[in-house]
Amino acid sequence: MKEKKLRIWKSELMIQALKDSVRKLNPRIMAKNPVMFIVEMVSVITLWITVRDFLTGGDFGFNGQISLWLWFTLLFANFAEALAEGQGRAQAESLKKTRSEAFAKRLLADGSLETISALSLHKGDVVWVEEGDPIPGDGEVTEGVALVDESAITGESAPVIREAGGDRSGVTGGTRVLSGKIKVRITANPGETFFDQMITMVESAKRKKTPNEKALDVLLIGLTVTFITVVITLRYFAEYMSVSTTTPILVALLVCLMPTTIGGLLPAIGIAGMDRLLRHNFIAMSGRAVEAAGDVDVVLMDKTGTITLGNRMATEFLATEGVSEKDLIHSTLLASLADDTPEGRSIVVLAKERLGMRGRDIRAPVGASFFSFSVDTRMSGIDWSGHRIRKGAYDAIKDFVTAQGGTMPEKVRQIVDAVSQEGCTPLVVAEDGKILGVIRLKDVLKKGIHERISQIRQMGIKSVMITGDNPLTAATIAAEAGVGDFIAEAKPNIKLELIRKYQAEGHLVAMIGDGTNDAPALAQADVAVAMNAGTQAAREAANIVDLDSNPTKLLDIVEIGKQILITRGALTTFSVANDLAKYFAILPAMFIAQYPLLGILDIMDLASPKTAVLSAVIFNAIIIPMLIPLALRGVRYRPTMVSALLRRNLLIFGFGGLMIPFIGIKLIDLLISGLNLV
Amino acid sequence: MTFHDLFPILFFLCLLTLFALPLGEFMAKVFNGKRTFLTRIVGPVERVLYRVFGVNEKEEMSWKTYAFSLIIFNAIGIMGLFILQLIQGWLPFNPQKFGAVRWDTALNAAISFVTNTNWQSYSGEMTMSYFTQMAGLTVQNFLSAAVGLSSVIALIRGFIRRTAETIGNFWVDLTRSLLYVLLPLTIIWAIVLSSQGVVQTLRPSIHARTLEGREQVIALGPTASQVAIKQLGTNGGGFFNTNSAHPFESPTPLTDFMEVFGLMLLPVSLPLTFGAMLNKRRQGWAIFASMMALFLIGLAVTLWSEFQGNPILERIGIHNGINMEGKEVRFGVIHSILFAQSTTAVASGAVNSMHDSLMPLSGLVLIFNMAIGEVIFGGVGVGLIGMIIYAILTMFLAGLMIGRTPEFIGKKLEPYEMMMSVIAVLSPAVTMLLMASIAISTKIGLSSLSNAGPHGLSEVLYAYASSANNNGSAFAGLNANTLFYNLTTSFAMLVGRFSTIFPALAISGSLAKKQIIPVSTGTFPTTNMLFVMMLVGVVIVVGALTFFPALTLGPLLEHLLVQIGKTF
Repeated sequence: MKEKKLRIWKSELMIQALKDSVRKLNPRIMAKNPVMFIVEMVSVITLWITVRDFLTGGDFGFNGQISLWLWFTLLFANFAEALAEGQGRAQAESLKKTRSEAFAKRLLADGSLETISALSLHKGDVVWVEEGDPIPGDGEVTEGVALVDESAITGESAPVIREAGGDRSGVTGGTRVLSGKIKVRITANPGETFFDQMITMVESAKRKKTPNEKALDVLLIGLTVTFITVVITLRYFAEYMSVSTTTPILVALLVCLMPTTIGGLLPAIGIAGMDRLLRHNFIAMSGRAVEAAGDVDVVLMDKTGTITLGNRMATEFLATEGVSEKDLIHSTLLASLADDTPEGRSIVVLAKERLGMRGRDIRAPVGASFFSFSVDTRMSGIDWSGHRIRKGAYDAIKDFVTAQGGTMPEKVRQIVDAVSQEGCTPLVVAEDGKILGVIRLKDVLKKGIHERISQIRQMGIKSVMITGDNPLTAATIAAEAGVGDFIAEAKPNIKLELIRKYQAEGHLVAMIGDGTNDAPALAQADVAVAMNAGTQAAREAANIVDLDSNPTKLLDIVEIGKQILITRGALTTFSVANDLAKYFAILPAMFIAQYPLLGILDIMDLASPKTAVLSAVIFNAIIIPMLIPLALRGVRYRPTMVSALLRRNLLIFGFGGLMIPFIGIKLIDLLISGLNLV
Repeated sequence: MTFHDLFPILFFLCLLTLFALPLGEFMAKVFNGKRTFLTRIVGPVERVLYRVFGVNEKEEMSWKTYAFSLIIFNAIGIMGLFILQLIQGWLPFNPQKFGAVRWDTALNAAISFVTNTNWQSYSGEMTMSYFTQMAGLTVQNFLSAAVGLSSVIALIRGFIRRTAETIGNFWVDLTRSLLYVLLPLTIIWAIVLSSQGVVQTLRPSIHARTLEGREQVIALGPTASQVAIKQLGTNGGGFFNTNSAHPFESPTPLTDFMEVFGLMLLPVSLPLTFGAMLNKRRQGWAIFASMMALFLIGLAVTLWSEFQGNPILERIGIHNGINMEGKEVRFGVIHSILFAQSTTAVASGAVNSMHDSLMPLSGLVLIFNMAIGEVIFGGVGVGLIGMIIYAILTMFLAGLMIGRTPEFIGKKLEPYEMMMSVIAVLSPAVTMLLMASIAISTKIGLSSLSNAGPHGLSEVLYAYASSANNNGSAFAGLNANTLFYNLTTSFAMLVGRFSTIFPALAISGSLAKKQIIPVSTGTFPTTNMLFVMMLVGVVIVVGALTFFPALTLGPLLEHLLVQIGKTF
């Protein structure tokens, strides 16, 4: 699944975002972001001083420009947030659109149907959905089977089967039934569906701060309080040293020192993370779950469906002594023609390929009768013109040939052992009393799974494969896929126990599930991803739902979680590192008139004290919109050694954060002194 | 300055590390409740004490109970010491017949000694009776160091324990700090010091006739015992006003060496105790290395600044312009600087030279050492607490930048830990700046200044850096024994002490409840060079951002003015 390309500067979103950024100046909305709230308060003070000077005929030009840029700082910060919101909303709306015009056929208590708007459906309502109808809301199929087109939400054009009972009973509002008729019990009230959930995640007003955002807020408030103290006390230190200061300059220094860059972009980073999740077709129930995904260090994966394609496939025919391979293949093909199991079909495919008759339609010979697989006999085959061909487990076939007076050759036993040793499943083929040979059935890994798992390993995450297979088979698959550990012969409740065990050791566990029996384990896991196609129980127990129902996408969630955190940390570091240059711009500007000696601090050699202060304020304001693309796209993350990752980010955002403002302030100073602004 | 000059410093630091290693391990054993070679002798005493005070050794405390016990213990200490000074006139061992100490001075001294600050606005030999010095000040020298030691041990337990509700027993930690660590070391130091000629007597001052025929009063007293603990417990409150420059506090090169050695010994050992208790010795060494790096940076700057010389002195013909004003000739520049750097780094406050007279940039470094929160080894216990809190802040950012919700030594750092860490780092710094700005802008504050201009500002900054971070040394030049300074520095000392200890205990309580996250390849190793560099960087950046403007107008400006020959 490729991420849909993100276009940041889309005009229709921009206009709305511009409007929103003014609306968000409302102090009551602003109060949610303590750093920017303080900036707003001091901006009001500065504006008031400017207006007062203007009315009393004083010199207001310089203070006016400072004031202007302070308000720009606020607008830029609001703009970042509004833009992220807009993108998320657009994403969610486009998904949601299909539903608003939908109608539903609700089943009444007397058994009759009424047609109502999909929006007035409530939890517990039962609706009938027929061929061509849209599914009116999230729910669970309670009766019937249907082919459903889910392309509206997954972008996948191939329709999927949804049926009552089993693990494929979940349906999502907005999808459409292509054929069949199903009875659906609605499981969400209006406003509580996945989409509604997702929309609240991308709207700042409704969004809850994650614990990590709260912790970072504490740090930013701490920095703010420190800098307020620094600036207020500086006024008195300066006064003692006979240096006069003005409120606008002190305010300028304060706003430059305060972590406005990260403070302004922080909400946008969180919202943009959710947007990214949506673009990957995930729906998260909480921001916390996404951040926890970045911390996951153990992931439980079912073998079937996640690591392997799901079914064993025939990969080789091994004829015994005295039988030609061709005879073996021929008989096997005959015996498997009517075998509708995935294994059986794979045998047919392989046999045709070996016989060079791929694609040719082969029909079962007339007069043949099929003997299908049952748990009692543990074999299947065909009876045809007096011959009985059987394929099945070693023991079953041995009994079969013995009963017909035949024997099991030593050679076959050896082949069977060898195949088992390699973690594959041997099927023995016999015709009447004679053993023909062995078919090797092998679990086939999903394409690219090896790379994915090695990426997981590089991220420091241990992968654990869970399978009902015997240890030998499990070990083979595990080694082939490169998973860290495996649990063989797993019973249904092993996942819950395993998660508890890992959690008791302090690990954070992610798991992917779809079945009803996965629900308790999903509820226990720190990051629980349910397949959208899974049962309602699984979806309710999970905290992230994958609309694509693709288990290997867990990696994407982990990456998004990490990206959000990295972006936050990087911009905080950048923001704080910026302060040094601002000191070197503003302090000499404040002191140089009284103490020309302190001119040595003016290492940027700025044009005048006024341009110095203004340049610092302007730099502080425009760095916010310049970093919006980074905040919305997130800092690039590649699985690598943590020390290397940290060193890289420290170099770019720490060292870069120290140096960039020196260059930026100097350039702005050249510009405004060239334009003669002050 | 040659290698020959620097050799003693190198020797000093190596010897210090050599002694710190076994002491660090020993303390880890003591506080883990393991047997040590002292258990046979001290164990019975310990058990008797528990029985007398009704302490159940096995009973553990939540962090709130621990903090409550600690505050009650210190409140009683402050009140007791306060009253003792007021009634010393009626008490024995008062050959000088000193009367009651002025109330504000007494309150300041009481808070000062209980908070391990030992800021002295009075002159010891002219104010306090022998009884007050012994039963009051010296006792608190022990107790305040023991309280500091207990708090850091409680914090360390937060990292060791998992899903636990308790962080140890305050009374047990306190008793063990005293019996196993502070008393034995003090006994060794006192014996060696008195063997070298540090006085230890209860006789009154001697009235002697000098060569010129004038009468001189030579102050005496039970000095050796108090000096030993004032150094070892990073207290720093001298028996005599001139502190460790006084010949009776430090008569020989050996005593001077032992005093600076003593004041560094416990703070240097504690990071290693941290590593040993965690059973992650590399972690201990990483913290040690960070502290040592900060120490060496400061030392290098101060030495450079002193050996740069003073252009004013050079002009009047003094060789190289080396400034000896305020330095004891017996010690010379290097030893005075080593002492000054050490005493401000470890929150001791003992001095053997007048910091007021050092070159301006040296003064800047000393103020910086204190203002960043006394974390360069720092006061006994609280210094390591401060550094662990800086490490928490560092790992918060580092954790984010590697894409994990932050953790340190296997413990998740969540809003609660961040809030407590921010309070601990911010409170002393904010208090220092606010108090200094009040002092510098009010008549009552300015009237105590003996210097004008940037030097006056440095004096005030130094006073509040010293009190708000519980160092206790004075820049001199500032008459601190006024109602205004006694009360404001008292407030600063209380904030500095308890805004470090309480958040630390709260963090410990919160961390102890958490799981320990196992180390994986996704964990950032907090024992490598990168961690040390980041930690050192964070300490310097936080300090620089907070104090840049104040230090620019104070010591930095003074430095620039001295270069063109202006003084104040």
